[in-house]
Amino acid sequence: MELDPLLLSRIQFAFVVCFHAIFPVFTIGLASFIAVLEALSFKTGNPMWQQLSKFWIQVFAVVFGMGVVSGIVMSFQFGTNWSNFSYATANFLGPVLSYEVVTAFFLEAAFLGVLLFGRDKVPQGVHLFAAIMVALGTFISSFWILSANSLMQTPGGLELREGMYHVVSWSEALFTASFGYRFLHMALASFLTAALVVAGVSAWFILQKREMETNRKALSISLWMLLILAPMQVVVGDLHGLNTLEHQPVKVAAMEGNWETDTGVPLLLFAIPDQAAQTNHFEVKIPKLASYILTHDWDGEVPGLNEVEPAMQPPVFIVFWSFRIMVAMGLLMVVFAVWGLVLRYKRNYMQSRAFLQGLRWMSLSPFIAVLAGWVVTEAGRAPWLIYEQMTHAEGLTPSLTGGMALFTLIGYIVVYALVFSSGVYYLLKVFRGGIEKANAPHEQEEVERAKRPFSAAHVSMEGDN
Amino acid sequence: MEQPFDLTLIWASIIAFGVMMYVLMDGFDLGQGILFPFAPDEHHRDVMMNSVAPVWDGNETWLVLGGAGLLAAFPLVYSVFLPALYIGVFLLLAGLIFRGVAFEFRFKAKTSKYLWNWAFAGGSTVAAFAQGAVVGAYIQGFNTENFRYVGGAFDWLTPFTVITGLGLVAGYALLGCTWLIMKSEGDVQQWAYKLAPRLLLAVLVVFAVISVYTPFVDPFVKERWFSGVTPIWLLPLLALYSAYVIFTSVRKQQEGMPFVATMALFLFTYLGLLVSKWPYMVPPNYTLWDAASAYESQLFLLLGFLFVIPIVLTYTAWTYWVFRGKVKAGGYH
Repeated sequence: MELDPLLLSRIQFAFVVCFHAIFPVFTIGLASFIAVLEALSFKTGNPMWQQLSKFWIQVFAVVFGMGVVSGIVMSFQFGTNWSNFSYATANFLGPVLSYEVVTAFFLEAAFLGVLLFGRDKVPQGVHLFAAIMVALGTFISSFWILSANSLMQTPGGLELREGMYHVVSWSEALFTASFGYRFLHMALASFLTAALVVAGVSAWFILQKREMETNRKALSISLWMLLILAPMQVVVGDLHGLNTLEHQPVKVAAMEGNWETDTGVPLLLFAIPDQAAQTNHFEVKIPKLASYILTHDWDGEVPGLNEVEPAMQPPVFIVFWSFRIMVAMGLLMVVFAVWGLVLRYKRNYMQSRAFLQGLRWMSLSPFIAVLAGWVVTEAGRAPWLIYEQMTHAEGLTPSLTGGMALFTLIGYIVVYALVFSSGVYYLLKVFRGGIEKANAPHEQEEVERAKRPFSAAHVSMEGDN
Repeated sequence: MEQPFDLTLIWASIIAFGVMMYVLMDGFDLGQGILFPFAPDEHHRDVMMNSVAPVWDGNETWLVLGGAGLLAAFPLVYSVFLPALYIGVFLLLAGLIFRGVAFEFRFKAKTSKYLWNWAFAGGSTVAAFAQGAVVGAYIQGFNTENFRYVGGAFDWLTPFTVITGLGLVAGYALLGCTWLIMKSEGDVQQWAYKLAPRLLLAVLVVFAVISVYTPFVDPFVKERWFSGVTPIWLLPLLALYSAYVIFTSVRKQQEGMPFVATMALFLFTYLGLLVSKWPYMVPPNYTLWDAASAYESQLFLLLGFLFVIPIVLTYTAWTYWVFRGKVKAGGYH
């Protein structure tokens, strides 16, 4: 079999970026949660807020560390596997990605150390300020990344001269047509991730009858967040979809599994899209609902995949099903938000084992939703790397062979598997240690003068201490 | 756009400075990993690791900053070097990741400690070798056509780049050894004093081989160095003088001088390399001006860098200041 460097590079990129994405999407939301805890502690003086904050800062430190390590590979992959793309877009992508790095380092140098290690060394107000700055910094970091991605989805502000794009307007290039929706959608996703992980972990502690009062507070606050954010995300997701319909109609056609442009298009609950036959099998549908959702008119016209020739269509099966997984997760979140409200009204969500156990599992849902969502938007752009300007094939490194790509694909899978299973194992130990461990006094060690993120956690790799 | 300054030159200086900072700073902590398997016992390894623990990740900041800066300021370097060194880049990243994670987990491990020792040693050595091979590949030049790399996957792997790779492994080991002399005391320091002359000898051998070999590999370099008396001859002389100072200061058991002189040895060798190739950034075809990005892009990012580099430097200086003095083996629960 001939190894296809293009396919292998796409798989490698998807693997690395998916692996990487789960860390920042969590830290961005968690940083804000920590800032809120610090603010509550500052304002009320109630020691419970500080106990919670100490625990979640440890979690933050470990996840942040893993995010940084996995991110390093990302920044080199553009050059190794997509050198034509990197070269052509360097005038824009270079500064934008550099600014992301610069933001991260500035953040780390100036405020992360204070947040992680400075609690007893600086006034509480300064510590709160550091927490807010770290939260703000994670958003500025994601601003650059999402701006770069949005430009690839809905290009603007650039001009192609002799094989290289030149920036003619920085504001247009940074704030392209899809940027605002994408940013809002991701910001809410980050908040939801933090809310659901905090809810899940707190529910788990409550099931074990540990630090009941403190964990009840954490659970309560995260359920309020969920109640506000989950419905909001449904609305923002819908707006983002309408924006995609306007700028990338073929992607929406793939999301809906709609092969032919038509009016009164049904919403498919289930289908097996068959790209070769350009049709679906085993459709289960609600008449006219897709038209209504997308055009707010029961007989509105919805673009179909037949707007472009089959070779220029995205992989429909993947996009169709990823979209459904994402939406299902979003709706589940809404269900849990409402369930929590009902139980709160009846004053017994601390007693409902079903609810608490459900929340434990729901802490995985935001990660599934985020990855599925990114698959929708990235695979849905195929075969374009920069929408309607450069294909994946054109952006690929010309000297890359299938063997080289396979070697590094396997290599990265092995490296990540080894390294991150250790990381996740350790993270689970931090979770098991819980609020009690995070607040236990420990000796100030020589090595802990190191201002490295992991030093903030005081849990051993093995044993129970 | 109006171009009042040659930003390309400014950016070349920033990148050159960043690379130098990286080599000197990550060099001594990679060196600990290279020397790790040769340490007599676990006590030595504890001291070695503690001697760099607070600063190593700040040191690697410069690599990431340099990589991102390259894409922004000299995209041709980024889009030729990375494909040409594809396998090497993977080894470099895998090595750096392993040793980075080993740093974090060795401190928290008990029974699995030996695994992290191996991860740390292996990762550091592979990363150092890959970096040395990159230097060799740069001297060799790249097979390019129309601003694209068109060579094969293993063009970079030649006897010459193996020598430069081993050379940098030896060089980083020396840097790490002299750093350890400065930061440790007692038997660890005595061990480092014994090791230093042997490492220096290895470095000088490689240094000599490269100096003789390079003009044969590259007529451009030959022309630059041997077409008449030039002031750049001072650089190898200064490098040799630095080596002499390392040797005598180690023999006199001075504490700081061996490290300072090793840094000087690296600096003069590095400058020698730069003048050998100037102004070619992607040899043999493209100069730094060919490799540069658009003026407005260089300007856009320069504003951010001018703001951030002083902060990173201040923070770095502060970290080293806090961490001054000798380290001990402690730090284990």
